Order: sequence, then C-alpha cells, then structure tokens
Amino acid sequence: MTVTSVDKDFDDLTLTLIADFDAPVERVWDLWADPRKLERWWGPPTHPATFERHDLSPGGGVSYYMTGPDGERYGGWWQVTSADPPKSLEFTDGFANDDGTPNPEMPTTVVTMQLTEHDGGTRMELRSVFDSREQMDQLDEMGMEEGLKQAVGQMDALLAA
Amino acid sequence: MLIYNYMVVDELTDEAVDDLFHALADATRRDILRRSVREEPSVSRLAASYPMSFAAVQKHVAVLERAGLVTKERRGRERIVRSDHEAVRRARRVLDQLETAWRGRVDRMSDLLEEIADPEDPTTGGRDT
Repeated sequence: MTVTSVDKDFDDLTLTLIADFDAPVERVWDLWADPRKLERWWGPPTHPATFERHDLSPGGGVSYYMTGPDGERYGGWWQVTSADPPKSLEFTDGFANDDGTPNPEMPTTVVTMQLTEHDGGTRMELRSVFDSREQMDQLDEMGMEEGLKQAVGQMDALLAA
Repeated sequence: MLIYNYMVVDELTDEAVDDLFHALADATRRDILRRSVREEPSVSRLAASYPMSFAAVQKHVAVLERAGLVTKERRGRERIVRSDHEAVRRARRVLDQLETAWRGRVDRMSDLLEEIADPEDPTTGGRDT
C-alpha cells in the first residue's frame, strides 16, 4: 500500500493525498525533475505524456501533451510558482490549445507537492485545489460529455458488429 | 491536466461503491433516505420516529452522508437532512476522478522507483536505461 491517506474536501474543492515511497527523497524528486521519468507516470498507460518543455524553477514552465489510443493529442501546461528541490513544488496545471499555448477558457488546478523523509523512506503530500466551483462544474460537464461520446462510440461499435 | 480521467476513468472507486452498498444495506437508513428525498427532515424529527437513540440515528445519517447520498444543513437550531444535491454530487464526482488519477500516478511512481533502484547505491537512482 503506497497511498496512505486521501482526504477530499467538497466545500473547498481540495484533494489531499499522502503517499509513502520506499526510496530516498532525492529519488522521488527525480521522478518529477527528470522529464523522461515524469513521462512514465504522469499519464495513464492508455494516454502516455510527452514533455516538450520542462523547467521546474520558480517562474518556469512545463508543456506537454498526452496521446490517446487513436493518436489524438491533449495538451497541458504547468506554471511553476515555487520550487525548493528536492523538497517541494507548487504549480498551476491547465489545458493547452493545439499549438501548446495555455487555453484561458479551460479550468486550472493548483498543485502543491511536498516531500519529507519518513520512516527511512519518503512521504509525498500532494494537494490539488480547483480554483473555483464554476471551473469544477465545467470539468464535470466535460466529463459527462466525454462519457456520453464514449457511450455513443460503443453503441456504434456494437451496431457495426 | 485532468481530461484523460474522463476518458479513462468514469467509474466510482471501489471504496465509493463499498460505502454506497453499505449505506443501502440497512432498512433504517433506506427509510431515512426515502424521507430525506421527500420532506427534508431534521435529525431530531428523524430520531423521534425510530425506536433508537438520537446518537444511533445520527450515526445512520453519517453513513448516508459518507456514501454521498445525503447532506446535513444547519437551519436555525436544527440540522436538516437532505438528499444529496447536485453541487455536492458534482464535487464528489470530480474529486473522486482526481483521486483515481492520482492513485494511478502514485502506483506508477512506486513501480518506477522499484525498477530504477540501484542496489549498489540506493541514493543514486536514475539507472533506467
């Protein structure tokens, strides 16, 4: 069991997750700091991420895209607000347009990540906060839309069979 | 970025399903739920209608609350029990998806750490090529 606790605050729209890793702080930090390693865990196996720009210094930024099973691309960006290697990182995570520029109409979340030594390993505390309820509603609607599209796609496949 | 959650994960977590089934597996709780949908009763009014203590009724309400089926709302001196309204449902759905995404990430991080572990020198890492 790596995830030690999860707390969801439905009023403050915050997810707080604590995970313990059996590795030193520097190595866990490296999973964030080395884009080639980050690529291996950020996206799920069906939607691997490719990081094109990766600068974790304060004021720096990251741009990436995830590739779906049919080759469709979904762009994303981080704006790094604070970084204290190998202990903490704070960034805003958002959606990008096709050309990689931030899409201001899409919701963002603020992610705060902290690494501390714990029981001979590393504890990662992660907080992810939606910046407003409107934006969260927007995400939810998109999710439902996506779900609907998926369901329709499955129906098409069934009908074609 | 979260969008893939909606393409990959649109199911409740196992834990959420357990909470839901547990909440609905009790006749008193099912009755409280039915009444909350219809009339928005207070906790004290609910407590008066079942042959059990106020604390026991509160406990039942808490189980329903954890499963996302009802919310408690303070109205004057009373605690009103309402069936889960849309805002709470949405918050729950989106945060559940975010949780699922992060649990997947943590699993992959953990696997990766194991894969790149260097038994000679555990502080170096990075020998993944």
